[in-house]
Amino acid sequence: MALKRINKELLELEKDPPANCSAGPATIMGPGDSPFQGGVFFLAIHFPADYPFKPPKITFTTKIFHPNINSNGAICLDILRSQWSPALTISKVLLSICSLLCDPNPDDPLVPDIARTYKTDKEKYNATARQWTQKYAM
Amino acid sequence: MDEDDQFFIDDNSEDAEEEGSDDDTGFFPIDESIVHSTNVTTTRTAPEQLPAKFSSGISGASNNYPLDNNFEYVVLSQDEIVKYMVECIKEVNEVIKLPTTTVRLLLHHFRWDKEKLMERFYDPNHQDELFRQAHIVNPFKKAPQLQTQLSNSSHRSARRQTSVTSPSHSLTTVNPLRPSTEQTCAICCSTKPVNEMAGLECGHIFCTDCWRHYLTTKIIDEGIGQTIPCPAKCDILVDDRTVLALIEIPAVRRKYQHLITNSFVECNRNMRWCPGNNCTNAIKASYCDVAMVTCTTCKTSFCFQCGQSWHEPIKCKWLKRWQKKCHDDSETSNWISANTKECPKCHATIEKNGGCNHLICKNQSCKYEFCWICLGPWEPHGSSWYNCNRFNEDDAKKARDDQERSRAALQRYLHYYKRYHNHHESLRLESKLLDQVQKRMELMQQQMSWIEVQFLQVACDVLRQCRQTLMYTYPFAFYLKRNNHSIIFEQNQADLEHATEELSGYLERDSTQTTNLTEMKQKVQDKYRYCSTRRKVLLDHVTEGYESDYWEYNEDV
Repeated sequence: MALKRINKELLELEKDPPANCSAGPATIMGPGDSPFQGGVFFLAIHFPADYPFKPPKITFTTKIFHPNINSNGAICLDILRSQWSPALTISKVLLSICSLLCDPNPDDPLVPDIARTYKTDKEKYNATARQWTQKYAM
Repeated sequence: MDEDDQFFIDDNSEDAEEEGSDDDTGFFPIDESIVHSTNVTTTRTAPEQLPAKFSSGISGASNNYPLDNNFEYVVLSQDEIVKYMVECIKEVNEVIKLPTTTVRLLLHHFRWDKEKLMERFYDPNHQDELFRQAHIVNPFKKAPQLQTQLSNSSHRSARRQTSVTSPSHSLTTVNPLRPSTEQTCAICCSTKPVNEMAGLECGHIFCTDCWRHYLTTKIIDEGIGQTIPCPAKCDILVDDRTVLALIEIPAVRRKYQHLITNSFVECNRNMRWCPGNNCTNAIKASYCDVAMVTCTTCKTSFCFQCGQSWHEPIKCKWLKRWQKKCHDDSETSNWISANTKECPKCHATIEKNGGCNHLICKNQSCKYEFCWICLGPWEPHGSSWYNCNRFNEDDAKKARDDQERSRAALQRYLHYYKRYHNHHESLRLESKLLDQVQKRMELMQQQMSWIEVQFLQVACDVLRQCRQTLMYTYPFAFYLKRNNHSIIFEQNQADLEHATEELSGYLERDSTQTTNLTEMKQKVQDKYRYCSTRRKVLLDHVTEGYESDYWEYNEDV
């Protein structure tokens, strides 16, 4: 069952990928209105055995400077944990990650240091994020 | 019929008509006889029907030494809890005439407060809002609701994902109105005949296999029973009927029903789980108050209000504070008091593990320089004219005073904690004593009759009660401000403690060696009577104090 669903999702992703995203290998282009602009970020997607009843495990394999993404690439996003629903798809999740890149959630941080910088010194945050993007994602 | 199917009763026929579409999702008729055969659960009206009514007190000693209390309560077993829940639902159902599962979801939303539900339900301006808040499709507006619900839900899910999902990208098949023999399940993407598809009032349809898998994951892996949402991430909650119609595995059904009863008891202001080990009973009362309740099965006595073991004379609020305090320090505070001093400026705790007596506080915002000996500022120490033995130096004196005050507070706490802890330990150890005493009672029956040796059992019960009371007198005293009444209280406490230790001594001694059993019995009986009288005096004094506001508390310790 899961295979059929995954196949269909991948087909749809290829045929009609969401903005800034692509499947196989999964990538996200840094959104235009963010300090990640111009970067290409690779992601690893792991489907658990009971997908879609359990959320897929998605991690960044490209280093990124973001309050909700840690140095291992783990992403702190509600729909990848408690708010997952089997009606969600990889395409929707990729879109959510894109919007997370534009609007970080510093109140629920995975990396508190970055969240603090984001909240207190936006300029410094933007500069560091741009610098990391140039270094690792271009 | 499966035993756990007793859980949900069938609606009566007129309700079934109103339900429309979920008729065929299946329900679980229950023999009317099961629901009505018992008067256990209909306890609200007639107290004489109660299966078990207790006055507070430990069995055996309860006749002789009752506390006050007309607090009435019933001990319910698992089955009785379920029956009581069904009763509650039925009662509301008779008035508002909705399917039982809808009523249960509504009642859960109001934490099983029937009056509040009725009040809100019959408020015509807010009925719509009520159903929305309870995440149920308004049954009175089914047809128009469906459309708005669909558009609402796609908005809502889009917002939650913090992304912009256009409906065309959505995999969800949301058109139950389209006449078709086959539909595609949005979860597994298989196309299946309509009779293998199922959905809630919100109109999102999935195949039954996926439903089953989804519900099982939620129930078993995530332990969610009361509030499983529709898989399409709309807010509508799954009702019992759908769950039980879809789930066939007995273990999952049992877990689901367990989750439902659990939330029923936990949300209900007038019910408490028995905290006894492995005990599955619940206690139900007609109102919530500070009172001792005793479980009939495991004999655990606890406070109905806070669920802790019975803690007279201290009040729930202060006990909670005490336990938090004990949890925070105790062990560590011993060591701290023996080995450290506090920075006189920022009160950071400092351990000196070498070096000279010129201390610089490492707290970055403090960096105060001071002398370890006199705790005064270091500055004058450097000059030749100064030395530490000038104890009457004002600054140093003040610093030492501060230090002493905090030490004294700690000492005071430890004083009460040690005694509290001591009684706590004794209480634990005395459960072993009970075994010994019972063996001794058997031996003694060679010389005395069964009825004549029962005094030892009573003595043990009294000892346990006294210990428990004594244990909680210490935290009570800890928070108490000193006044004339607190001195009387302390005298009562000392007296009871003294007598209790003597009683304990009598019971510990191997009394079978004593030649004169009758004399020994006389002594023990005198002692336990004295103990329980003293205990009563102490508790009465405290109760009197609560009523006449004698007690003042140290809020800041």
